[in-house]
Amino acid sequence: MSWTAWLSQILAIVLALALAPLLMGWINQCRAWLQGRRAPGIGQPYRLLHKLFHKESVIAEAASPFFRAAPYVVFGCMALACGIVPTLSTELPLSPAADAIALVGLFAVARVFISLAAMDSGTAFGSLGARREMFIGFLAEPALLAVFFTASLISQSTALTSIVENLAHKEFAIYPSLAFAGIAFCCVSFAENARVPVDNPATHLELTMIHEALILEYSGRHLALIEWAAALKLFAYSCLGIALFCPWGIAEAEDPLALLVALPALFGKMAAGGAVLALIETLSAKMRIFRVPEFLATAFLLAVIGMLVHFLLGV
Amino acid sequence: MPPGNGGSGVNSGWLPLDWIMLAVAAWGGLGALGILAWRRFFIVSRILFPLGALVGLVLAVLAASALGGGVETAVLAVGLPHLPMHLRLDSLAAFFLIVLGAVGAGVSLFAAGYFRRGEGTPPGLMCAQYHNFLASMAGVLLADDAYAFMVAWECMAMASFFLVTANHKSPEIRQAGFLYLLIAHLGAIAILLCFGVLQAQTGDYTFANLRAQSLPSFWATVAFLLALLGFGAKAGVLPLHVWLPEAHPAAPSPVSALMSGLMLKTALYGLLRVGFDLLHQPQGWWGVLMIALGLATALFGVVFAAVQVDMKRLLAYSSIENIGLAVAGMGLALLFRAHAMPGLAALALTATLYHVASHACFKSLLFVGTGSVLHATGERNLGRLGGLLRKMPWVGWLVLVGVFASAGLPPLSGFVAEWLLLQSFLFTPGLADAFLNMIVPIAAVAIALVAALAGYTMVKFYGVIFLGQPREETLRTAHDAGWWERAGMLWLAAGCVALGLLPTVFIRLIDPVTQQLVGAGLADQAGLYGWWLLTPVTIERASYSPPLFLFGIAAACLLVFWLVRGRYHGHLRRSPPWDCGFAWQTTRMVDTAEGFGQPIRQIFEPFFRVERTLPSPFDIKPVYRSEVSDRFWYALYLPVMRAVEFVARQVGRLQQGRIAIYLLYSFLTLLFMLLMVRR
Repeated sequence: MSWTAWLSQILAIVLALALAPLLMGWINQCRAWLQGRRAPGIGQPYRLLHKLFHKESVIAEAASPFFRAAPYVVFGCMALACGIVPTLSTELPLSPAADAIALVGLFAVARVFISLAAMDSGTAFGSLGARREMFIGFLAEPALLAVFFTASLISQSTALTSIVENLAHKEFAIYPSLAFAGIAFCCVSFAENARVPVDNPATHLELTMIHEALILEYSGRHLALIEWAAALKLFAYSCLGIALFCPWGIAEAEDPLALLVALPALFGKMAAGGAVLALIETLSAKMRIFRVPEFLATAFLLAVIGMLVHFLLGV
Repeated sequence: MPPGNGGSGVNSGWLPLDWIMLAVAAWGGLGALGILAWRRFFIVSRILFPLGALVGLVLAVLAASALGGGVETAVLAVGLPHLPMHLRLDSLAAFFLIVLGAVGAGVSLFAAGYFRRGEGTPPGLMCAQYHNFLASMAGVLLADDAYAFMVAWECMAMASFFLVTANHKSPEIRQAGFLYLLIAHLGAIAILLCFGVLQAQTGDYTFANLRAQSLPSFWATVAFLLALLGFGAKAGVLPLHVWLPEAHPAAPSPVSALMSGLMLKTALYGLLRVGFDLLHQPQGWWGVLMIALGLATALFGVVFAAVQVDMKRLLAYSSIENIGLAVAGMGLALLFRAHAMPGLAALALTATLYHVASHACFKSLLFVGTGSVLHATGERNLGRLGGLLRKMPWVGWLVLVGVFASAGLPPLSGFVAEWLLLQSFLFTPGLADAFLNMIVPIAAVAIALVAALAGYTMVKFYGVIFLGQPREETLRTAHDAGWWERAGMLWLAAGCVALGLLPTVFIRLIDPVTQQLVGAGLADQAGLYGWWLLTPVTIERASYSPPLFLFGIAAACLLVFWLVRGRYHGHLRRSPPWDCGFAWQTTRMVDTAEGFGQPIRQIFEPFFRVERTLPSPFDIKPVYRSEVSDRFWYALYLPVMRAVEFVARQVGRLQQGRIAIYLLYSFLTLLFMLLMVRR
């Protein structure tokens, strides 16, 4: 690995850390426009993080060290995930550390940590949130893996960089297996990132909240880390979606110039993706919690159909 | 068992097998000493059990040194006339002996602190049965003829039966013990018949002879199915699993740990021995059958684990799940072997064996952890536990390691096994059958589902026991485990971490086994890029580096911690929990195990047989009860039981209780025999 590879690795992580709140801000902005509200400004997530970091942290009397460690671990997992997912370049020194399956494992670690932390303070909402989060997790995780399996069967590899390189070299066409997998991936992303059809990030209504119930007891710097980690997760999923389903423009050679091309391409795709997400969130209503299994089972089956289509058609 | 072996005489010339026999004999000897020290609690718990742990450790080291060093055999002078016991140490046996010794050592250390004065069975008897159990498991692994195998197998079943019924005053435990004994013997009969088929009317029951026979494909299939039935009954494969969630929780916790962690593995060993070693004309559909059975077992086990409210039953069901995964992996290896693809067979087999070692570590750890909780609180029901992490920090944090390993989270041991298993299921290019080519990767998705559900189950298990608020007042006086118990758990937890972080090192240990069974190994390829990077096929295809993974997370955490503290501040205030401002909440409002299992109960409803008692609106003291039970019990076991009872009643008519009638029976029998002889 040369210095440019390490450079692009560090650049990828720094870029993710810096831009993840911006993506959140952009989605909120689009959503406000679409819903006819005045937007709070695209930099609002940064201001929120800054405010939270300055605030004192209040934790429950009964909370154990686990509760205090969890935000750091979750943040660490998401930062590592952003380092593994090919954002700008497929020349990533960290990427052999974890392939697609290990990436799903990484998300699972974060989920288990935050769920256990929510149960730790011993409140009714905490355990409710933990149950719902794990419930959605166990439905979404196999679906996500099935999406990855489709992609890895096509490219005969589970290494993300190999998958992306392989897919980027395919000629431009609609591949049925990838189309199925893409729809499944979108469904899983909504569920995993607590977006509207599954969860509403802006609610505190006890009947409906999932992610918010998990982090109800957090405040100050811990909450800031969790919010940032959530933004990082959304960023990582967006990058994954882009890398798997429209990888064109990603830098493959160890070439600084290719990075210069990849950067605006990434910006453009992200902005478009964020706008589409905001549109979907505006158009759809949140579903009842026991409708979620149907939604995710559909995603799961779509991904499996993607695999079958790959076998039947050979593409 | 004296090492009366023919091959070597003097001390300096002893082979590993002799030393191993000596170690196994030492276990037996410790058991005998236990009988002598009947009620001397101190001697049993502080001397005999730690010595047993030491023997286990020595056994593991000896077996590791023998791994890959060629086959050694010995003939023991004990046994029936003209039927001596043959022993054999090859890589397969050595690998399982390592697992047995290492995990047995941890459990014995724990047991040294676990058994208390004045509980049920006298400590000396407990010690005797415990060490006989260990020694007979080693005997099963070493046996080289059907006779020695069956003797060791039955000793194992008997010793574990007595251990299960240690607390025999309680009727449920007696019942569980009976069910266990019954199914163990059904299995033993099937195994015996399997050996009978394998010897192909030569009358020679040594494994060397069984190996040399080449059976016609029909009889090979019969032998394989009998083995699957017999060993499956011991392993808890569907539909012969019903004894497992009854018997494993009934035993004292260290024994549950041995049964779940090790005894189930001897059944897997038996399947490997028969399916890969003794039978050498595998047919593809055997593998498919095993994959299907394994996945069904795994899914069934994990779904039931998720709705359990008894912590030891939960773990027992989780064992069924893990056995299912191992059987599926084994089936895949068999399938590849039948299609003459040794490389992929080695990958699948490595995954299976890795899973075996990993499950032995984490399940033993979790079971002994529940033992500590049981001792501290006297409670097995998840609905009455909670908040124990603060009272029992050692147990809590060590069990957390087991929980993470069991949930298949990186970078611990469970994930490596799962990852290897998924890799082997995903890459099936060029299986002769196009349909299989398509179906096998779909099985990978089923494994992913099982793994995700295992995560759910483990969060429930840990969260309800150790986190939150204590649900009963009595829990406030719970005490942490003693030093012996901590040492045992620490050893097992270290196993989970080591297996998770250093897969290339352990795959090197598995390599001789796969070389022996399928003629290929992963060791060279897996560690090609250094000890820290696992590349089972090629680096372009898949790679995973647990140390780098852990380092990445840890570095990110520490960096963020340092930055946040440096840039901002570390102020912290404790207050009552916020909980959306509701100030009157009690521990009864927090999710119990029932509540946590509710989504699973709803989604997987067809799996269960649920009995609900709903209160009417006018009840003053409303009671809501819902009980989840196993459909197999009602659909399969009860009809069989009724049929057996019916037949027994009909046969019972022969018994008249009058001597004249019995004399008539004897006379008729004699007449019949004479007729037979004349002809």
